[in-house]
Amino acid sequence: MPKREDLKSILIIGSGPIVIGQACEFDYAGSQSLRSLREDGIETILINSNPATIMTDPSMADHVYLKPLTTKSIIEILKEHPQIDAVLPTMGGQTALNLCIEADEKGIWKDFEVDMIGVDIDAINITEDREKFRELMLKIGVGMAPQATATSFLKGKEIAQEFGFPLVIRASYTLGGAGASIVYKPEDFDELLSRGLEISPIHEVMIDKAMMGWKEFELELLRDKNDNVVIICAIENMDPMGIHTGDSITVAPAMTLSDKTYQKMRDMAIHMMRSIGDFEGGCNVQFAVSPDENEDIIAIEINPRVSRSSALASKATGYPIAKVATKLAIGYTLDELENQITKSTSALFEPTLDYVIVKIPRWNFDKFEGSDRTLGLQMKAVGEVMGIGRSFQEALHKATQSLEIKRNGLGADGKGYKNYDQIISKLTIPSWDRVFVIYDAIQMGIPLSRIHDITKIDMWFLKQYEELYQLEKEISQYTIASLTRELLLEAKQKGFADRQIAHMLDCYESEVYNKRTELSVNRVYKLVDTCAAEFEALTPYYYSTFEAEVETPDGERYVANDSVVTDKKKIVVLGSGPNRIGQGIEFDYCCVHGVLAAAECGYETIMINCNPETVSTDFDTADKLYFEPVFWEHIYDIIRHEKPEGVIVQLGGQTALKLAEKLSKYGIKIIGTSFESLDLAEDRGSFSKLLKENDIPYPKFGVAETADEALHLADELGFPLLVRPSYVLGGQGMKIVINKEDLEAHVVDLLRKIPNNKLLLDHYLDGAIEAEADAICDGKDVYIIGIMEHIEPCGIHSGDSNATLPPFNLGEFVMQQIKDHTKKIALELNTVGLINIQFAIKDDKVYIIEANPRASRTVPFIAKAYKEPYVNYATKVMLGEKKVKDFDFNPELEGFAIKQPVFSFNKFPNVNKNLGPEMKSTGESILFIDSLKDDEFYNLYARRKMYLSK
Amino acid sequence: MKYQSRKRAFILLADGTIFHGKVVGDNEGTAFGEVCFNTGMTGYQEIFTDPSYFGQLMVTTNAHIGNYGTNENEVESDSVKIAGLICKNFSYNYSRDDADASLEDFLAKSNLFAISDVDTRALVSYIRDNGAMNAVISTDVDNIAKLKEELADFPSMEGLELSSKVSTKEPYFYGDENATYKIAALDIGIKKNILRNLAKRGAFIKVFPYNSTFEELKSWNPDAYFISNGPGDPEPLTQAIATAKDIIATDAPLFGICLGHQVIALANGVSTYKMHNGHRGINHPIKNLLTGKGEITSQNHGFAINREETEAHSELEITHVHLNDQTVAGIRMKNKNVFSVQYHPEASPGPHDAEYLFDQFFENIAKSSKKAVSI
Repeated sequence: MPKREDLKSILIIGSGPIVIGQACEFDYAGSQSLRSLREDGIETILINSNPATIMTDPSMADHVYLKPLTTKSIIEILKEHPQIDAVLPTMGGQTALNLCIEADEKGIWKDFEVDMIGVDIDAINITEDREKFRELMLKIGVGMAPQATATSFLKGKEIAQEFGFPLVIRASYTLGGAGASIVYKPEDFDELLSRGLEISPIHEVMIDKAMMGWKEFELELLRDKNDNVVIICAIENMDPMGIHTGDSITVAPAMTLSDKTYQKMRDMAIHMMRSIGDFEGGCNVQFAVSPDENEDIIAIEINPRVSRSSALASKATGYPIAKVATKLAIGYTLDELENQITKSTSALFEPTLDYVIVKIPRWNFDKFEGSDRTLGLQMKAVGEVMGIGRSFQEALHKATQSLEIKRNGLGADGKGYKNYDQIISKLTIPSWDRVFVIYDAIQMGIPLSRIHDITKIDMWFLKQYEELYQLEKEISQYTIASLTRELLLEAKQKGFADRQIAHMLDCYESEVYNKRTELSVNRVYKLVDTCAAEFEALTPYYYSTFEAEVETPDGERYVANDSVVTDKKKIVVLGSGPNRIGQGIEFDYCCVHGVLAAAECGYETIMINCNPETVSTDFDTADKLYFEPVFWEHIYDIIRHEKPEGVIVQLGGQTALKLAEKLSKYGIKIIGTSFESLDLAEDRGSFSKLLKENDIPYPKFGVAETADEALHLADELGFPLLVRPSYVLGGQGMKIVINKEDLEAHVVDLLRKIPNNKLLLDHYLDGAIEAEADAICDGKDVYIIGIMEHIEPCGIHSGDSNATLPPFNLGEFVMQQIKDHTKKIALELNTVGLINIQFAIKDDKVYIIEANPRASRTVPFIAKAYKEPYVNYATKVMLGEKKVKDFDFNPELEGFAIKQPVFSFNKFPNVNKNLGPEMKSTGESILFIDSLKDDEFYNLYARRKMYLSK
Repeated sequence: MKYQSRKRAFILLADGTIFHGKVVGDNEGTAFGEVCFNTGMTGYQEIFTDPSYFGQLMVTTNAHIGNYGTNENEVESDSVKIAGLICKNFSYNYSRDDADASLEDFLAKSNLFAISDVDTRALVSYIRDNGAMNAVISTDVDNIAKLKEELADFPSMEGLELSSKVSTKEPYFYGDENATYKIAALDIGIKKNILRNLAKRGAFIKVFPYNSTFEELKSWNPDAYFISNGPGDPEPLTQAIATAKDIIATDAPLFGICLGHQVIALANGVSTYKMHNGHRGINHPIKNLLTGKGEITSQNHGFAINREETEAHSELEITHVHLNDQTVAGIRMKNKNVFSVQYHPEASPGPHDAEYLFDQFFENIAKSSKKAVSI
């Protein structure tokens, strides 16, 4: 049955700004969906307020509306485009579904004769209303945890009395588990119950008996209009029930399910999807399984839309769920679509894996001072990484190496905990580091049975950990000289990094690397192909591993490598790793555009990244995707294998930039601005010398290594002072102090947290205005792509400030200084590519706060506001294909574009919400206004000092 | 627990290619067979005990094997039927409350030789490109030349009759003798879950040895007939083909699965052929041409029936096709109560999407016997 011919124009709703629980996976989904509709010649109209996304690029849809996600905007769009036949709300997370329901309740879809596709209202209502959902599940014979609804405090108390503790409280109609909590003790119940009721927009909570310790699984389903259902992926949570799946370490395929239990779960999932409604698209179902011989299965929830887990499942299997779900929504059936990976077999099948993926969430608790760091029912992670390996151990190791938290993997880095009580407590109260603490516990000799009793993590996973430790112990008995090939290969197959092996053998990383080369223990690359090599696949999606040898009949030995190197000239783009505060989706936007621009210049493009939520890790983006940790060892091996012309580091944020030094040391060409220039900008001493020589003002500053030195410096610089450690991201540990007591306290605190780090003290320009400029430079000419003025005064991190493009309140004299300084600095730093410079303006004098010769957070914003592809231009400049003068710049913007930060404070109820030099926002949105008389601007301006911390 | 190193082992293919690995357990040994691969991510115990795999060296593509141990109730026959196992990561440690032994102990009970740490992905790609072939797995690293010679003498799967090796020697009964219907099942390598599926729908089954004649089956006076799955090439099964012909001639309800399906095709004069590398896994897409719906199915076959001959046949109708390669996956006889499928509606392992075929069989029986259906 072919697609519906009545659908010629479709509206897609995006998910808006990034918040905890709803991140860039929806950019990935939306982008795929738009491309998928376009393939079928359907006109696409998109609404999303998040400018840092690929999906909002002018090239992605026929009409892109960067408007607030409100029914008002929907009406405006529908009036302008009466031709819209249908709305597809399943690609934009809960935000899009909620907006769709609101529009439905207001009768908007009916008024404009717009069909809803991909889901139906009843399905959304049933799955969001836990009481209705429960009734339905009972009707179809699917078990659930004992549960009751409370719409009042009193009712809640009655339920608690009936069920006993522990209990789970969940607020209805909320996102990412907001307002959810586990209550262990009756004395905590009242407060948590009130909070749940308050957070729920309909003042309703569900109280469940806690199924603590039950094993947790998720299934990703697709259904077509013929009622064919396939399961794309089964994901097992290593962390059992009690920790939100977004905060759990998850594994695919399911590791500990027998066929009998899995098939039972599969039947239940299909039955559930069919029961909630008659729609075509994707669906996510979560189950809990009793950890005993009964293997009872109960349903937890069902989401009739593309989800965070479906993005993970797409990356885990190679099956593009959003793309296919879109095709199904417009009427195709699975059996008439082809498998996008093999291009020769059917899309009606269930992917099979011959590798393992492990996802580890990335948390940013350090940004939320005073926050509760315990993992529970409410999601707290800001990003995630995925490791792919030929064993669970290898995948787990690669995921831990992807986190960028200064760990090299599990154990063997001297950073583990060694205190018994501390380990037990860290196992008991799960937080960001439990994945490492399990290893420490085994190392300490704590029995697996005890670790299992505390964590309820399935023994199979714990045994895998134990095997890792046994191998570490074995290797530690050798020296680099005596280590056998067999052991080295096994260590590499289990994912140990060269650095870890060096730690075990007490030698240098380079010695391990040389030993590997000598014994030919080399990385090979395998394909993610949806079918375990049963069919030939052409999709260039690779991961690394180490394998045993194959011997030809002639006796020639080799290790099989799926990644064939072409003779084309190649460029590697380093990705930005896991999303975190200060480094989010905007860098993925830059990487994707870098890849596309390099391809336009005739290069074969190679993307390296480990973030499963992103567009950059879509197998359709680069010519070759290596889903690998952005970790030196992995990158270097890829470079040795591919031999690219060079590596682009300036698009992947601090993650990629930090690798520039080592790349440069190993003689690998950095495309664009050289490492020396990057280093010069980063080093305060040399950079201020450069400013001084060019007569560019900067706030007085000094460097201190002890509290004493800091106090002396304070006399010289004068208060207030901005204190921060050097080489940090997103203003981590930055604080403004106004007297010696505060200064001493903060310095002592910083030196304790980050020992041996230099501290920078800047004289803080009190009451100054902050502005920033982004520019493209080819070494000779500079083009300033945009200047933005912060609405809040200096002192609030630029990522947390509302800002306008162009500036709303800077005189010609000031603007000229900004332009002159920007051009001068860009040229002095020999910038080739992008540069971002931040300024403080006081008494009409422009001071330089910092310069970053790389793509910044504001570049995508400016590109969207001016409707010009600046990253594309900058990449061509970096590659030397074009000069700045070759471009015909023509920014289009009437009025102003305001960048508005968005926070996820509701996930951290007790956290200090004051803003300061340390960034706390998780996302941003764009707002266009015609003039400064706009109410929105007036509101922001009036409130600008409200959140400033002291 | 301490680190344990494992001895070297390998798989040598008939064309001389060797894939290196390690032995499972502390064993030494050698095993011959035709190498094939299964892409299922669950159900290893069901696969290893499935009689259809008799004589096969099984490559499991899932990264880990043995994670959830074994359970004596989750078997498809009384013993391990594969000839040897080749895997990537073998789980010596398992975790499942409902398990009663590790996979290592379970395989040891059947003296099954297994090797691990092989680049199974490279091996599968190799078989995909070069076709199924005989192979040997061994720890005997010093006698490869000798093994090569022995391998050359090992019989090819083509033309090989294997049902006799796995079929019951004596007839036996399964299910409740007071059940509504009596089904005579010809065991050319039957899986237990087929019997469970028939019994659960209200049948009492008498299972007959592979070489039983129609008269022997009929003398029990059954309401319907069933021809099972099984190993090897269907062509040498002359008695089973003759029995099928006789059943067809009677108008009695007949259902065939896998090898049974091929036997029914041969009984109709449609030929079979050996596939390049077969279908083995639990994610195979089938389209039911009668309903237009898809099914995800469990499959395990190295032979298939000829599509053109089936299409040209006046009495046969293709009811199911495999969506990946358009091979025939199901047929029925136009004026008879006979149908068969190439895949495994009994699953175990695999999805239950095709279980309706058993219901269909029972509807056919009900129509034919005019007895009330009681499920």
